[in-house]
Amino acid sequence: MTQPSNAPFSFLYQDRGGQIFLSLLLAVTLLVPILNVAVSPESALHVPSYMVSLLGKYLCFALLALSVDLIWGFAGILSLGHGAFFALGGYAMGMHLMRQIGDRGVYGDPVLPDFMVFLNWQELPWYWYGFDSFAFAAVMVLLVPGALAFLFGWFAFRSRVTGVYLSIITQAMTYALMLAFFRNDMGFGGNNGLTDFKDILGYDIQGDGTRLALFVASALALALGYGVGRFIAASRLGRVLVGVRDAESRTRFLGYRVEYYKLFVFCVSAMLAGIAGALYVPQVGIINPSEFAPANSIEIVIWVAVGGRGTLYGAVLGAILINYGKTYFTGALPEAWLYVLGSLFILVTLFLPKGLVGSLPAFSLPRKQESPQAHAGEDKPSDTPHPPSPTSEARP
Amino acid sequence: MVFRMLSVLLLMGGFLIPTVAFAAGSFEDALANLNSRKFKDKQQAITRIAESGDARALVTLEALLAGQLFTRKSDKKVLIGEKSHEVYRLTDPLTGQETGQAPSKELKKIRINNKLRGLLRGAIGGLTLLSPDPDKRLAAADAVFKARSADMVPVLEKALQREEESQIQERLARALAAIQASHNQDPAQKVIAIDQLSHYSEPDVRALLGNIAQNDESEIVRDAAQKALERVEQDLARWALLGNLFQGISLGSVLLLAAVGLAITFGVMGVINMAHGELVMLGAYTTFVVQDVIRSAAPELFEYSLFIAIPAAFIVAGSVGMLIERSVIRYLYGRPLETLLATWGLSLILQQFMRTLFGPTNQEVGTPDWMSGFVEITGGLVLTYNRIAIIVFSLFVVLLLALILRKTAFGLQMRAVTQNRPMAASMGIRTGVVDMMTFGLGAGIAGMAGVALSQIDNVSPNLGQTYIIDSFMVVVFGGVGNLWGTLVGAFSIGIVNKFLEPVSGAVLGKIIVLVAIILFIQKRPRGLFALKGRAVES
Repeated sequence: MTQPSNAPFSFLYQDRGGQIFLSLLLAVTLLVPILNVAVSPESALHVPSYMVSLLGKYLCFALLALSVDLIWGFAGILSLGHGAFFALGGYAMGMHLMRQIGDRGVYGDPVLPDFMVFLNWQELPWYWYGFDSFAFAAVMVLLVPGALAFLFGWFAFRSRVTGVYLSIITQAMTYALMLAFFRNDMGFGGNNGLTDFKDILGYDIQGDGTRLALFVASALALALGYGVGRFIAASRLGRVLVGVRDAESRTRFLGYRVEYYKLFVFCVSAMLAGIAGALYVPQVGIINPSEFAPANSIEIVIWVAVGGRGTLYGAVLGAILINYGKTYFTGALPEAWLYVLGSLFILVTLFLPKGLVGSLPAFSLPRKQESPQAHAGEDKPSDTPHPPSPTSEARP
Repeated sequence: MVFRMLSVLLLMGGFLIPTVAFAAGSFEDALANLNSRKFKDKQQAITRIAESGDARALVTLEALLAGQLFTRKSDKKVLIGEKSHEVYRLTDPLTGQETGQAPSKELKKIRINNKLRGLLRGAIGGLTLLSPDPDKRLAAADAVFKARSADMVPVLEKALQREEESQIQERLARALAAIQASHNQDPAQKVIAIDQLSHYSEPDVRALLGNIAQNDESEIVRDAAQKALERVEQDLARWALLGNLFQGISLGSVLLLAAVGLAITFGVMGVINMAHGELVMLGAYTTFVVQDVIRSAAPELFEYSLFIAIPAAFIVAGSVGMLIERSVIRYLYGRPLETLLATWGLSLILQQFMRTLFGPTNQEVGTPDWMSGFVEITGGLVLTYNRIAIIVFSLFVVLLLALILRKTAFGLQMRAVTQNRPMAASMGIRTGVVDMMTFGLGAGIAGMAGVALSQIDNVSPNLGQTYIIDSFMVVVFGGVGNLWGTLVGAFSIGIVNKFLEPVSGAVLGKIIVLVAIILFIQKRPRGLFALKGRAVES
């Protein structure tokens, strides 16, 4: 990624980790449908349908982690509220699926979802209009998280709220949203959220084919998200972002409008999270306000930290590994899971500050070749994403 | 007047000489009449029983109100039945003797309706107005006020004369005024009674006055009631304001307790301690364990259990805090975001550890007697003792902390290390030890907060989670590194929250406060009372 070139996808040429990742993703995307459909259920290689949905769910989480890595790894914005964008995308999709139920709900109302009938609502609230169209919902999946991120970032970045303060207010944001969505009056199903979906684009949502299609869509979205992230990172804008990450004031003094760079990447990241949420909801069949819980958002951060931030594929690796661990432990040793997760938080921050990817020699090799060059260009090596910030006690 | 004197005499007779022939006779007759199917007959019977002034009347009427008065099907005798297992133990109200048992199918319950219930309460109130037990007299005065039966006037006047406690006198006078205002024939008397009532700023009085202002025949009375109503409403509004203020201060003190430890760890040291809530939780569990030990070893100490729990919680949470500082946090100084993640991991482990140790359910923490109960100031303003104790305790903790920071050698070293670490080190201060002690202090104070919160919240492994975001909001809003800011921040968030609640509802109020703080941080990123100078540039 040294010389920007005009050839298409040039940003991927130098990205060895990305090439490996994309090839692996392609292999999985091809293999899983084949093993699901073509291999007989008795065979050991058969991938059952529930497994397809599970893998699809992991891919959604991977995309979510990637979106966090995009802002944390490249722009130094640690968002502890990214679960909110994920959940908003999920709700937008959930609303569409809710409208698709039509009169097949328990109360059989052709327009109102069950929970509204239950609450004695007479007509559909205005913000539910349009969600019967898939295209509209798809736009909303991008637009709602994007708009919230724009609004939030506009205020936060312009007034130079950074570092820990930003993390805390993003956490407050998702907490406030959680409280809001728990209210029945909001018209989003309150406590129970949206569930009981029937079909998507006319196909049965429980059907094996639909599951496969959703899995492939999640894989495509992940690949697309990776492409977008890598494209941004390799562009001039990405270089400025790295500058912001490593020395925000210095970048600002050089004449860059730091807040616009941050705002742009924050919105892109929120939209990616929204897409992840939208693909997640049909695969798990429910969306409820607990997705907004601050604890969830912090967990995303640890996926990224475990995998290795600032690489994008590291985030994907971390998300898949930890979620596999979660599935395994909550099934086999439910008591132990929080111990494992908690220890991961501590051990990774203490002993693996670069994450798994950063600690594997195969991945860090190209970085070492680059390192002197990077050193010449910037005052700090780019592979230490978070240098110790100059604190008061370090000052003379 | 003659009638009134007479009835007072009758009543006195009834109380003093229960065997007077006519009284006993009317009680027995009336009791038999309770068997009637018509509610009207029952009503008359109840009135007669009450007027009989018989000593047995009270027990009988109370049984009737409680649905424990039965007719035996075989001989139509009225009996009091108390259910024990499958059968009813029967008592004869006439003799007060037990008369054996009967299964429910041999008995028929004497049914009453709401109108009769009201009448019964009033009658029972009248009968207990002269009871030697002051609590009963107080309850009776209120019951009579609610029933507002004109028959009660003589008893009330009698009771008012004999009453010596001013609080009960006031209640009796209120009941009397209420009856006069509703039932007196003379409008002038009514107006006087209404004027008396207007001094009672209570919701019940407001309802009564509203009723009179609408429905009375005389216009003078209606006008007087309207004026009195306005006065009462004004008073009530003022009390409601004060009530909100108290609620707000109470919430503020809870926030302050939860946040003040964080003001040390985050404010002074710059450590984002996400496990802070779990240190609070440790304090709450310490209280539980201390009480458990006291219950089994020395129950007489239970009243002092909280005073034992406070230092114990300080030591437990403080030691855990020092352990955390030495084992994790000291490697992460200057990397606030990493500290945040590591301490979050710690909080998960601590939560799960308590879940493994004590189970996921809520633990029962007892409240000592001196903290339960409440003081009622007029106008429905109720201050509970535990809330008052928490307000006092929170201020005490802040004061103590301020003293430690300002007046002790340790506080001096602590400030020196925060302001200029290398210089402090070269003056011979062992900065590592100071770091450990500072974090331990913050953690210990979190533990002390846990003792207080155990009194008002559920003690469960999730206790800390409920407070963590609120406490960060308080510290950030007040201004990091500023104890005074934390104090002001906590109380202003608490009060604003409580004043929003009646308008917007509890949850929406909380959301509005959160959004307001987020916007406030945009405007003043360093909080309400920002530290000025180089120290904040990190």
